[in-house]
Amino acid sequence: MNINSIKRRTLLGAGLAGASMLAMPAVLRAQDKSLKVGVYGGYFKDSFDKNIFPEFTKATGIAVESIAEPTGEAWLVQLEQAARAGQAPADVSMMSQVAMLKGQATELWTPIDMAKIKDASNLLDRFVNKYPDGRVAGVGAVSWYITLVTNTNVYKEAPTSWTALWDPANADKLGLLALVSNSFLLEVTAKTHMGGTNALDTEEGILKAFEKLAEVKPNVRLWYRDEAQFEQALKSGEIPMGQYYHDVTGLAAADGHPVRSTFPKEGGIQDSGCWALSRASQKAEEAHIFIEYMCQPAIQATLSRKVGTAPTVKRESTDLTDKEFAAVSSDIEPIVPRYDLYQSKSDWLNQKWTELIVG
Amino acid sequence: MRREPPQTFADYSPLLFPAAMLTIFFVVPFGTMIAVSFFQRQQGGFYTPAFVFDNYARFLSAFFGGVLGFSMMMAIAVAICCVLLALPFTYLLTRMARRVQIVWLVALLSILSLSEVIIGFAWSTLFSRTAGITNILVALGLMSEAKALTPSFAAVLTGMVYQAFPYTVLVLFPALVRLDPTLTEAARTLGASPLKAFFTVVVPALRNTIVATLIMVFIFALGSYLLPQLLGRPQHWTLSVLITDQAIYQSNMPFAAAMAVFLVLVTLGLVALTVIAGRKGEAA
Repeated sequence: MNINSIKRRTLLGAGLAGASMLAMPAVLRAQDKSLKVGVYGGYFKDSFDKNIFPEFTKATGIAVESIAEPTGEAWLVQLEQAARAGQAPADVSMMSQVAMLKGQATELWTPIDMAKIKDASNLLDRFVNKYPDGRVAGVGAVSWYITLVTNTNVYKEAPTSWTALWDPANADKLGLLALVSNSFLLEVTAKTHMGGTNALDTEEGILKAFEKLAEVKPNVRLWYRDEAQFEQALKSGEIPMGQYYHDVTGLAAADGHPVRSTFPKEGGIQDSGCWALSRASQKAEEAHIFIEYMCQPAIQATLSRKVGTAPTVKRESTDLTDKEFAAVSSDIEPIVPRYDLYQSKSDWLNQKWTELIVG
Repeated sequence: MRREPPQTFADYSPLLFPAAMLTIFFVVPFGTMIAVSFFQRQQGGFYTPAFVFDNYARFLSAFFGGVLGFSMMMAIAVAICCVLLALPFTYLLTRMARRVQIVWLVALLSILSLSEVIIGFAWSTLFSRTAGITNILVALGLMSEAKALTPSFAAVLTGMVYQAFPYTVLVLFPALVRLDPTLTEAARTLGASPLKAFFTVVVPALRNTIVATLIMVFIFALGSYLLPQLLGRPQHWTLSVLITDQAIYQSNMPFAAAMAVFLVLVTLGLVALTVIAGRKGEAA
């Protein structure tokens, strides 16, 4: 009994010592400057953790705690709910354009002071996200393409056009994104079959696009919300064709998986992520330093080489070779999503879309 | 030992803690949800406090009616399959040696530790064309070529029955253990076959337990939102999937809340009907 209790106490003591040793670096770090940065989880976050954040900390002395954020607008909802309670699960987050616009509607983003961003002039205008009154809500972080991807074992020849989605030969072979606001398939339909995304200006035009898109349904095996679900199936050839992110597909191909990403002749879908600062964050100063660092042409070039994203700064300002640039982008005019629709008509689009795929 | 009914306030005091927990963790969140379901949706933004019926009005359509109907049907199918499988299984289990029972129960409990995601991905692999069970059938010469069994209704049903099966067994187990073995012995002495004794004696004796189990599995299955996405086509998505879509991806909390309230009300209604029907049956 006695021996037993001594043992237990020793064990407790050892445990406490161990725990405090583990906790110590965190305490030390808390005295330094730090910043919580949200980036998409998975391959994306891994390469930021490996290639970008340690260098940033070395250069500025600001420790980065990276937070894996979910894709789509799920993270926006969490940030919004948290901000209402005065909390910021991440100070700076990488947000897609639809999420940026929705966050603007509730003043979720702290305006960025462009005077504090040294390399601001290098940024391409279309990647700077502004409030209607001109304040800057977000600054371009990276841009990426959603392209036509195939399994190379199943498709020996790469497809050349988005029309492959409609081809009856591809019955039950496609994996497509499940939401209207992240698949951008309406834009793809308009560009491929209706002469351009201007066809979506009117509700009649949108309904026509829905009608045309409905013809794709028999070809779709999986409507995915979760990227891992499709990525796995694409690699194994279970679902050999679909729409997916050009950068991640490139990383998977580099790892030796039998996958390829093709820019169709109608263009890849170009979307981009902005760095945005939650209004609940107390770290505005560190956030500006972080954003300034990320806008440097050299860092943008590193992102292109390591993560596979396209730069948001002018290409001339970077030292990317033609070959490196071609790997992350394309000369084909991209399909640019109609972000305005997802703000002004979001509920209507969502309803029609759900009826289309579920009905 | 005779139990006295509680007399004074102090006699009720042990109830205070659970009552407080229930209030904090169930009544308050549920009340918040009901309140939010009447709020005004700001399209492209979030929501503002108000008292409007728009969210309920949007739900009352043939489309959502169809989805609700499918979700109910699916949950009922899962409940029936689970009980049909678990009742004979648990009955046989209670007749086994203590040691064997423990092994089975531990194995079943370990299934409960698996998350829905793992169950979903495991079944989607088992049902896949490239790595699934049809490859074994091909190797045995029973099938000419491997094919994908997912996405399909059968795949969703299998996944959900698999997930709910351990609960079903754990709920049925105590009642079956307590079942008086002399009942079946009497039936056997009077000349009934084991099968006949099971259906004419065991099943009727457990009628209330079986109904309670059906209701429990039904409610459990109604909340499933991952398995229909992982194993089914969009037409197999349950209302819970659409609620998740609205809440997480469309940031439309008021509509999501309204759908959830509706689902809870319909569920409670169905449960009440079952209980009332059960009472009537007893009286007759």
